[in-house]
Amino acid sequence: MSSGPFDRDFWRSPLRGPWLASLLSAALLPLIVITALTGFLSHVAYETELPGNAIGGSDGILAPVYRALDWPAGWAWLYAVNQGVHIVAGFAAAPILLAKLWAVIPKLWERPAVRSVAHALERLSLALLVGGALFVFVTGVFNIQIYYPWNFSFVPSHYWASFVFLGALAFHIALKLGVMRRAFRENGVVAPLRQDLAHTTAEASAASESVPTDPKPATISRRGFVTVVGGTSLGLTVMMAGQSIGGPLRNLGVLAPRGRNYGSGPNDFQINKTAVSAGVTTTDTGPSWTLELAGAREETLTRDQLLVMKQSTHDLPIACVEGWSTTQSWSGVPLRDLARLAGARPDDILLVESLQESGSFRDAALTPAQISDPRSLLALKVNGVDLSLDHGFPARIIVPALPGVHNTKWVASMTFRSA
Amino acid sequence: MAGFARLYGAGPLHLLSALASFAVAGYAALRIRDLGAAGNVAVWFFGAIVMHDLLLLPLYSLVERVAARLARASSRLARAGSPPPPGVLALNHVRVPAMISGLLFLLFFPSILGRNEGYVGASGLETDVYLSRWLALTGALFVLSGVLFAIRRGRSRAAYPRSG
Repeated sequence: MSSGPFDRDFWRSPLRGPWLASLLSAALLPLIVITALTGFLSHVAYETELPGNAIGGSDGILAPVYRALDWPAGWAWLYAVNQGVHIVAGFAAAPILLAKLWAVIPKLWERPAVRSVAHALERLSLALLVGGALFVFVTGVFNIQIYYPWNFSFVPSHYWASFVFLGALAFHIALKLGVMRRAFRENGVVAPLRQDLAHTTAEASAASESVPTDPKPATISRRGFVTVVGGTSLGLTVMMAGQSIGGPLRNLGVLAPRGRNYGSGPNDFQINKTAVSAGVTTTDTGPSWTLELAGAREETLTRDQLLVMKQSTHDLPIACVEGWSTTQSWSGVPLRDLARLAGARPDDILLVESLQESGSFRDAALTPAQISDPRSLLALKVNGVDLSLDHGFPARIIVPALPGVHNTKWVASMTFRSA
Repeated sequence: MAGFARLYGAGPLHLLSALASFAVAGYAALRIRDLGAAGNVAVWFFGAIVMHDLLLLPLYSLVERVAARLARASSRLARAGSPPPPGVLALNHVRVPAMISGLLFLLFFPSILGRNEGYVGASGLETDVYLSRWLALTGALFVLSGVLFAIRRGRSRAAYPRSG
């Protein structure tokens, strides 16, 4: 009697069972924890409590948490590492997540569908768990490819859906920790990986809904299955780490959105937003361009006036939330010198506005710690030459450990004021 | 307490944990509602379950089943009765690279198909390299898998020589 895929009996692989589900979960959980933590830290790095920095919606009851946490400028690589880890761990988790869903699919069709109120709540929570996991993965994976086939704003939706996912995950772990312990106690943690194909039979826990009622002979060993899933995860790790670390390793990011090189010139490195897409033209950035500096005093500075001020050069990464980064040698005027010129107070924040007239990230606010770091620059040059238009000519912000998009390009005005 | 468990189906701690997790989800849902596109978020949230559990997983399982049947039929024909060397299935050396290639497509199809128009404006690069890169990776996976199959079959035949 053959049944369709919407029936528990359709799923007959002998590999499915509590042990396989537990092993995949044990691999998945640390990756999810890492992705969640780095995601949270990225939100901290955006300093959403400063004017203009929040991306859609408020932080709600978590606002005091974000107000209390300041993102440091001290470790220049911090945001690059945070986002590299976020994207790498997320991609490394993707094949394991799909394998895990494959391993437990018969439970979707368990009979009876609902046994009790408690069971109904568990199943409802599973909808939030699976929907939440797929939602955060799909939106994240599409976002790094700049693909938005939906009507909602990515950042706040990805952010808040992760709370739905993590809340349901916490409940799921509380329910299933015992199942995992029993599966590992009865089968051993790694013992099933030693069985070859001829010795691969269904798990003994017949009570489990994921173990097939009528198993077919195995066509792959558990070792083979786990090797394939783990190998794919490892391959994706290498690919996404390539675009994060950059340099010659960037070429490993074969399918990664930023696994590509621009050329060998001083301005040939990753662009996050082209001048064309920002609507910035050479007429805006020509000789008539001036920087409007405001604080206790107001100053208007031409690019030539900025160039005769004391220049500083620092190797700093631009690190994108999308998990890629690129380190370049930037030269320009330290922000703290401009703060002094504007008569700013030590606890002032800095609002930076771009020539870009509309769209996201046309402005950003910086914290007092970010302004005072000696490496924070209003950069005029990169790798010894003028910035290209796509990299923010005539002047751009570059601050250690700052999320890439907050390094405002085509700077039009800088205003120091109290927070 | 026993009465509660009979009515509810589990202990009170179960109910409390469930409610706590739903409270977090409810609060997040309110924040998403404030953003003004809650309906579309819900479509993608629950639509993802439908797309995966009711479409993608059944579909790739059915494809895999048909492939397995074809593989068995063709290997019966090829071997005309003699048993296959134990432990080495040609099927795995086809479906594993196919599955990995499929997963890569699933993750990167916006780039591979050039559907991510925003990428060009963001990076200043065209998306045209991704289709050939994916095809090349797919080809490399199949070649690697074929080479591994030849090695494994050779070893297996050496370990279990055919009688007669």
